[in-house]
Amino acid sequence: MANDKSLIEILKSRGVSRRAFLKFCTTTASMMALPPSMVPAIASAMENARRPSVIWLSFQECTGCTESLTRSHTPTVEGLIFDAISLDYHHTLQAASGDAAEHAREEAMKENYGSYLLVVDGSIPLDNPGYSTIAGISNLDMLKETAKGAAAIISVGSCAAFGGLPHANPNPTGAASVADIIKDKPIINVPGCPPIPVVITGVFLHYLTLGTIPELDGLGRPKAFYGQNIHDRCYRRPFYERGQFAETFDDEGARAGWCLYKLGCKGPITYNACATMKWNQGTSFPIESGHGCLGCSEPRFWDMGGFYTALSEPTLDVTRAVGVAAAVGAGAGLAVGAVNQIKKKRAQSNHETVSVDDYKEDA
Amino acid sequence: MTSAEFLLWVRGPGLQIAAVIFAFGIILRFFEIYMMGRKKNLSAKRAGGTAAGFRTVATRFLPADSETMRRSMFTVVAGYIFHIGLFVTLFLFVPHIELFGALTGLTWPGLPMPVVDFFTVISMIALLGLMWQRLTKPVLRMLSTGHDHLVWTLTFLPLLTGYLAYHHLFLPYTWMLAIHILSVELLMILFPFTKLMHAFTLFVSRWYTGSMAGEKGVKV
Repeated sequence: MANDKSLIEILKSRGVSRRAFLKFCTTTASMMALPPSMVPAIASAMENARRPSVIWLSFQECTGCTESLTRSHTPTVEGLIFDAISLDYHHTLQAASGDAAEHAREEAMKENYGSYLLVVDGSIPLDNPGYSTIAGISNLDMLKETAKGAAAIISVGSCAAFGGLPHANPNPTGAASVADIIKDKPIINVPGCPPIPVVITGVFLHYLTLGTIPELDGLGRPKAFYGQNIHDRCYRRPFYERGQFAETFDDEGARAGWCLYKLGCKGPITYNACATMKWNQGTSFPIESGHGCLGCSEPRFWDMGGFYTALSEPTLDVTRAVGVAAAVGAGAGLAVGAVNQIKKKRAQSNHETVSVDDYKEDA
Repeated sequence: MTSAEFLLWVRGPGLQIAAVIFAFGIILRFFEIYMMGRKKNLSAKRAGGTAAGFRTVATRFLPADSETMRRSMFTVVAGYIFHIGLFVTLFLFVPHIELFGALTGLTWPGLPMPVVDFFTVISMIALLGLMWQRLTKPVLRMLSTGHDHLVWTLTFLPLLTGYLAYHHLFLPYTWMLAIHILSVELLMILFPFTKLMHAFTLFVSRWYTGSMAGEKGVKV
């Protein structure tokens, strides 16, 4: 693909006015928690940016991340920016298949060695390479080979970032995340099941305009998008504070929009932008639709004791183990008690009766 | 280990281990105490002991006399504040009720969060005050053992970490929640084998004392 057009030229050809473009740059700056002074820098960087080559690898995934990005809503500036990158390899979106497709990947790697962006969605099976292959190449080999020449890697979706659904207990394929395998490249985790489209493009844009990796949290997620706690930002939080909870999905509390904590909402342990950026062009987010947060942008979210189990409840059965322990405790208590009684009786039988007279004799 | 994995461990295997040791220990101690038995009372009963036992359970909630009250005012007041605060925090905080519900099937209404928060804070202040007294009063200091400090710490940590978790202070919530649960598990593991056992033996021993006095004809 030709990399000769700048982003702004591409956007112009798609009918994006300069005003809309600058507005977008301002929104992006605020979204990425950058100072307003960065707006001109973003604008000029974007005006001059050449189409970067992007290789998108899909491993053990459901294509939901791609769907999120491409089918979320009517074309927006973010969507057009995504069009403006040179997406040289993407199973779902590319026209080519078979050898031609693999050839496109090899070509893009050769031409842009050291400078292309590698996007991965899906986890990588480590147990048996045959669990997931593309053109006869195992996911592990393809990732290692493609990662070598990448400038940076973006792990899109919870599967690529943390292992996601394939990694869920009992993890039959030995699924691993990109960061579990690749240790020598900058990796940006953009988790979510799927991630918010604007967050995916926001991360692209940050890299595109500033040429740097955004500031990341302890889990490798950009702080600008994953710095906020869902529970802290939830519009239902006042109900939590007041102690007003929906007990079922169709009770009075649920209808009144009360807190969904008891119905298993994982908002308190989830860091994502859903509560602020929302989905479908800012329409709503899961909690607003009456369902608790699944915590999909967090590691191991499938194993958090069930989607409908409150966060304070145990993830494993405790009652049976406690019953057995109590029975063993009773047995041990009886045994200790019996030993104590034997000791007491022995002491009693060994007890010699003495009288005042005995002491008199001694004296 | 990520915070999620840590949280998963404390909510799963960690809780199982703690609950098993807790249940084992409590039942063991009860059987052990019960089997110690009592010497047969050879004297004729002067009155019934049962009612006197229950009366004593109730009357011991009040300080014995004005002199005790005068000398130990701080201990009595701070002790009450701490115990009431702990009770409210433990049993009337909705996420805790959810846990008890999952374990026993029993649930009850909770209090609004800021109310529970208030009780958590006052019980922590009371505990700090009691520790300050323990460290500064020469007699108390001499009487204090490592056991006392251990028990104080085991009780204080769940309150502190729970407070920090609720307010999303210091560490991301997932970490703090996991540390909070871990601190409770430590408390559960050591509970049956320390002075903390008094929570279970308190009323039994009060009743015993009262009933023995009652049988001897002492007015209680």
